[in-house]
Amino acid sequence: MCKAIVYVTLRESVLDPQGHAVQGALHSLGFNGIKDARIGKYIELTLDTADRAEASAQVKEMCEKLLANTVIENYRFELVEE
Amino acid sequence: MRVAVIVFPGSNADVDMYNAVEDCMDVPVDYVWHNETDLSEYEVILIPGGFSYGDYLRCGAVARFSPIMEAVKKAAEEGKLVMGVCNGFQILLESGLLPGAMLRNTSLTYRCKLSSLKVANSETPFTNAYEQDEVIQIPIAHGEGNYYCEEETLARLTANNQIVFRYEGENPNGSLDNIAGITNERGNVLGMMPHPERAVHEWMTSADGRRMFTSIMTAWREKNGVTTYA
Repeated sequence: MCKAIVYVTLRESVLDPQGHAVQGALHSLGFNGIKDARIGKYIELTLDTADRAEASAQVKEMCEKLLANTVIENYRFELVEE
Repeated sequence: MRVAVIVFPGSNADVDMYNAVEDCMDVPVDYVWHNETDLSEYEVILIPGGFSYGDYLRCGAVARFSPIMEAVKKAAEEGKLVMGVCNGFQILLESGLLPGAMLRNTSLTYRCKLSSLKVANSETPFTNAYEQDEVIQIPIAHGEGNYYCEEETLARLTANNQIVFRYEGENPNGSLDNIAGITNERGNVLGMMPHPERAVHEWMTSADGRRMFTSIMTAWREKNGVTTYA
């Protein structure tokens, strides 16, 4: 078994309306040092393989096909032994 | 001619779409469940609005893998007319039948109102009954209609006349170039955020959407050499 931790974020060229709103809210709370806020997704997948190469190939395919929309999003992932 | 209205779990504008076809086109229309795999008997495929699969992950991201989508792709390749409205547009983007992607509305709110659209291309099978640059009233109802694509894609859409509708006056979602609807390069697949099926009778506040359905009829008749005599 191994766990894949997947992070999906909006590409830098894409405006993030949610991040913008959060940045504004933080500013209004007095946190003035924030240059930018970006919001993304965190996905945990538990895989029934211990073969890291296989797991890595599988998760990459999952990201490309479903988990991220590469027109607007980037993804990265880590594999963690269970 | 037969029309299919695709139904996914979570579709909610399917009945509106079905009724609009009956009221405006007067041709046989069927609901087709997302598990079906064959659309060969249909000439026109309509993908309605709603929240397919609860909009989980991203709008349309899960629906694009429904079995019926292979048949929709095949129909598009054969040159049949495919129209996706609202969530249907999002599904067409996710499936790659149309270029680009949707972001949250810049207001971060769900917008439900009558919106003004300018017909940016009246020479498509979906808009031939409108005048070029005519301004029409069609309602919107969405939280993620902020159309986005790469600069090169936008240049291509513009050069090929693939932008069919633009918001006139207020842009309700922040979409690039005020885009409200686009077609594919071939012009037989259209996606739009506003709901023409909800504007087909005067009592619906606007009947401006009706001509989209009559345009489809005209396009089909021309393609098939059918002449109607009054």
